[in-house]
Amino acid sequence: MVKKGFILLMIVALGFMLWDFVGNYSSKTELADVSSHYVEQGPEELGAANVVTSVVVTYRGLDTLGEVTILFAAAAVVGLLLHLNRNENEQRREGSELLKTGTALLFPLILLFGVYVFINGHLTPGGGFQGGAIIASAVVLSVLSDPNKKAGHTALTVIESLSGLTYVLLGAAGAILAVNGFLDNRILPLGEYGSLLSAGLIPAIYSVVGLKVGSELSSVVISFKGDSKEEEV
Amino acid sequence: MIGTMAIITGSLLILIGLWGLLSNKDIIRMIVGFSLFDVGIHIVMLSIGYINGGTAPIVEKLSDLGKTYVDPVPQALVLTAIVIGLGITAFMLTYAVNMYLKKGTLDIDKFEELKW
Repeated sequence: MVKKGFILLMIVALGFMLWDFVGNYSSKTELADVSSHYVEQGPEELGAANVVTSVVVTYRGLDTLGEVTILFAAAAVVGLLLHLNRNENEQRREGSELLKTGTALLFPLILLFGVYVFINGHLTPGGGFQGGAIIASAVVLSVLSDPNKKAGHTALTVIESLSGLTYVLLGAAGAILAVNGFLDNRILPLGEYGSLLSAGLIPAIYSVVGLKVGSELSSVVISFKGDSKEEEV
Repeated sequence: MIGTMAIITGSLLILIGLWGLLSNKDIIRMIVGFSLFDVGIHIVMLSIGYINGGTAPIVEKLSDLGKTYVDPVPQALVLTAIVIGLGITAFMLTYAVNMYLKKGTLDIDKFEELKW
């Protein structure tokens, strides 16, 4: 009873804070200085149509590198903790015929869509993280349809490490070659605005991020499935 | 208007998430509550970046530069926050799996070692 009272008290207190916050809210009519620089100069400066992408990949690129590192740490710890405590080779029920056939049809299409989303990250809503999540959803589908299949952990680790390394090397190339330092995208020509191969390094970096996030999330999913001790590609 | 609606939705989700987080005994349900809390915070952050009459910050042509766009910075921040939230959720689920393997239950009251 006391516990229920505490819960109620907590919710009422937080609700009161939020009430004040919501009551004083009115949507702004103009952007703050930094944001208006990003929106007004960003497209010309970096050549990326999607301003969010240019913020994520270039203006605040170091934060994204840290974020990818955190995701890597999370995936590694999840793999480690589930590895220690997994149950022995129990047989799982296979997916139905419908699910299997559907997976065979959809798996390559979903992968293709994921790649499309991260390659076009500088032009359309999307990017490395979204594309990586889509790729991982294809892996979820294949894990559901055939749970007894051994997973290619080694391949995932190789893709993940290579793309992480490429990300850092591309960033370092920016620090060496360009004026504006680490993760500058203008070491490649900006190209024609709005075309696929434009915005300098942004498509390359976002593709690498997409591969990295996709393989990390896939390895998280496969770790949750269990029985990942006998690795094979 | 859209901004006000978004901030109200987000605040409600935060409260529902906190309630779910605190009042459930089942670890999986607590994790669901945490995810709701997380989503609520994301929506509140996005609503702060809303500009009246603004569209998504995607400049299709360079001649569109003068138009009103919403703030891209909270959107980039929320993109980061979603990914980190996903990492945390996966981490919590891992703990839930391990706790279940140790005790055979997900009821938080059965984990007496945690009591103070």
